[in-house]
Amino acid sequence: MSVLAPVLEPLTILIAEDSAADLLLLSTIIRRQGHQVLTASNGEEAVEVFTRERPQLVLMDALMPVMDGFEAVRRIKQLAGEALVPIIFLTSLRESEALAQCLDAGGDDFLPKPYNPLILAAKINAMDRLRRLQATVLQQRDLIARHHDYLLHEQRVAKAVFDKVAHSGCINAAPNIRYLQSPYALFNGDLLLAAYTPSGDMHVLLGDFTGHGLPAAVGAMPLAEVFYGMTAKGYGLTQILREMNAKLKRILPVDMFCCATLLCLSAQRRVVEVWNGGMPEGYVHEITTGKRTPLMSRHLPLGVLLAEAFDDRTEVWPMAVGDRVFLLSDGVLDTADANEQLFGAGRLRQVFAANREPDHLFEEIELALAAFRGEVRDDVSMVEITLQPGQSLRATGQLYADSGQSSPLDWSVSFEFRAETLKRYNPLPYLLQLLLEIHGLREQSGALYSVMAELYSNALEHGVLGLDSRLKRDAQGFAEYYRLRNDRLARLNSGYVRVHVQVVPTEVGGKMTLRIEDSGAGFDVEQVLARPLDIDRLSGRGLSLVRQLSSDVRWSDGGRSVCVEFSWEALA
Amino acid sequence: MAEIHLDPKVLSGLQEVMEGEYPKLLDTFLDDSQKRVEALRTARDDAKALGLIAHSFKGSSGNLGAVRLAELCRQLEDRSAKPVPVDLGELVDKIDQEFARVRPLYEHERQRFQL
Repeated sequence: MSVLAPVLEPLTILIAEDSAADLLLLSTIIRRQGHQVLTASNGEEAVEVFTRERPQLVLMDALMPVMDGFEAVRRIKQLAGEALVPIIFLTSLRESEALAQCLDAGGDDFLPKPYNPLILAAKINAMDRLRRLQATVLQQRDLIARHHDYLLHEQRVAKAVFDKVAHSGCINAAPNIRYLQSPYALFNGDLLLAAYTPSGDMHVLLGDFTGHGLPAAVGAMPLAEVFYGMTAKGYGLTQILREMNAKLKRILPVDMFCCATLLCLSAQRRVVEVWNGGMPEGYVHEITTGKRTPLMSRHLPLGVLLAEAFDDRTEVWPMAVGDRVFLLSDGVLDTADANEQLFGAGRLRQVFAANREPDHLFEEIELALAAFRGEVRDDVSMVEITLQPGQSLRATGQLYADSGQSSPLDWSVSFEFRAETLKRYNPLPYLLQLLLEIHGLREQSGALYSVMAELYSNALEHGVLGLDSRLKRDAQGFAEYYRLRNDRLARLNSGYVRVHVQVVPTEVGGKMTLRIEDSGAGFDVEQVLARPLDIDRLSGRGLSLVRQLSSDVRWSDGGRSVCVEFSWEALA
Repeated sequence: MAEIHLDPKVLSGLQEVMEGEYPKLLDTFLDDSQKRVEALRTARDDAKALGLIAHSFKGSSGNLGAVRLAELCRQLEDRSAKPVPVDLGELVDKIDQEFARVRPLYEHERQRFQL
């Protein structure tokens, strides 16, 4: 038995040979090597036995009666399909042409006569290794294909869910938003959200999570929830930012975070308030002058810092009707050409400079990217929001599910917010929630919120902080105004804003009186109200809005106290 | 040059490989070869048929150590494939004679394993 190489695992081997002596010799050798043998004495029989028994390896004589080995091999290879069934030709053919014919027919090797058992065993083992390799490759290929299908299916489901969440806001409905986002940008970590506040301002978030694929997309859910929930309830950017940061910090692993630009575009106040943490700079584009003000990243991304270290300071820029805000993801700037050169901010500015028709900006950027790289990457996100007047106020009705039967109708409450609170707390969402317990007021929630927000910020900024609204008459003064506001607020150690709410039932329904007092110096009500409404673009707006939206506005105590009324009719 | 008719080293190798099946292999070879020799005689004028039979006979006689017989079969196979027809009768006769010569040698070998 010394001539027999060790066998890994017994195989079933078909031998097709028309010479009885050779067949006996060969089958004996192979049986001795530990394999199981099937025999056939011509090609046709060989195909039959193969079809029936599916042997793992075939030894095939080339020249046989009835059907020769070449034809039999062609048929067997076809029957075997993708699986490798090695075929060794048994041959005393000597012409190279005849040997080539064996390979052409699908043979994998030759065994010359007279047989040498050692060579035979070695060849069978070698072919068996190939056969196993092929089987492993096929198995792994199928496994990979299955995993791939599974992954694609998961992504499709996840995308459908994410699309519902991410696009539940006004991103597609708002007439003043244009955006461009590749379909699977979410799986590259890009997130674009937009929603109206109760007073009709618009919040927009363009975010970019670290990483790719599903891990990059999972953070989008909680972020979108916070964004929509808090925007609808009337929270400002700083509260939303703090909540987003805290939530991401809590749930994301340390190496994951979200670069983001969050902005609040107010058509009523003609301003945009911006916070940029780690995103490429966007721009405010003044259409009349063509000036582009960069919205630079001044913060670390969301989800990096602990709440105590997080910086929620925003920048405020004036905007005129028709002005645009443009935001982009780093997919635009990081698009690389064949030489790994990046597109970069310089080339983007060239596109801006060459742009004549603002509506064609996206197409021009895409063209420039395509020309630079040859194709557009699939993680490019761009959004442009135009300031348009007359955004209608929205009732936040969908937030409430109760019938209104338990609505409180006769009550009053007073708050006093003092310096330390004024610095860091925005009481408006809480007050709005409280007032919307009154069923009859929900219809007017937008107006109510706008009026409350305006009066509160007047009380805080002009009253407690003593800021002069006339500062805001030009862009420079505008910036100065917000710088002073932050400064004075940071150093505030006395003063208050008081809010009194009184609700009483009336014959037809009910009436809510809201009085806001501040600790400031007051102002000459007669003189301010006498100013023409549009004398300065940026300042006078607040009061005219209040007067327009509430049924009655009265000042007292030298301008330190203001009172508005909202009334409603009982529901049928 | 002395011609080898039967290579004894091949036979001892076969005996080692075949063990108990060795006598059966000898029987099979003798039986099979007898048929082929008769087939050659019958196909005497059919070059293509002669070539096929010779090819097969060459293989088995080579495996069984009938060196001269295998060589004659090779010559017949080669000549049968020549484009110009040649007289193959002489080679067929030589194969006939060679088989007649080795046959007793195999039978003698076979008798060593008489039950």
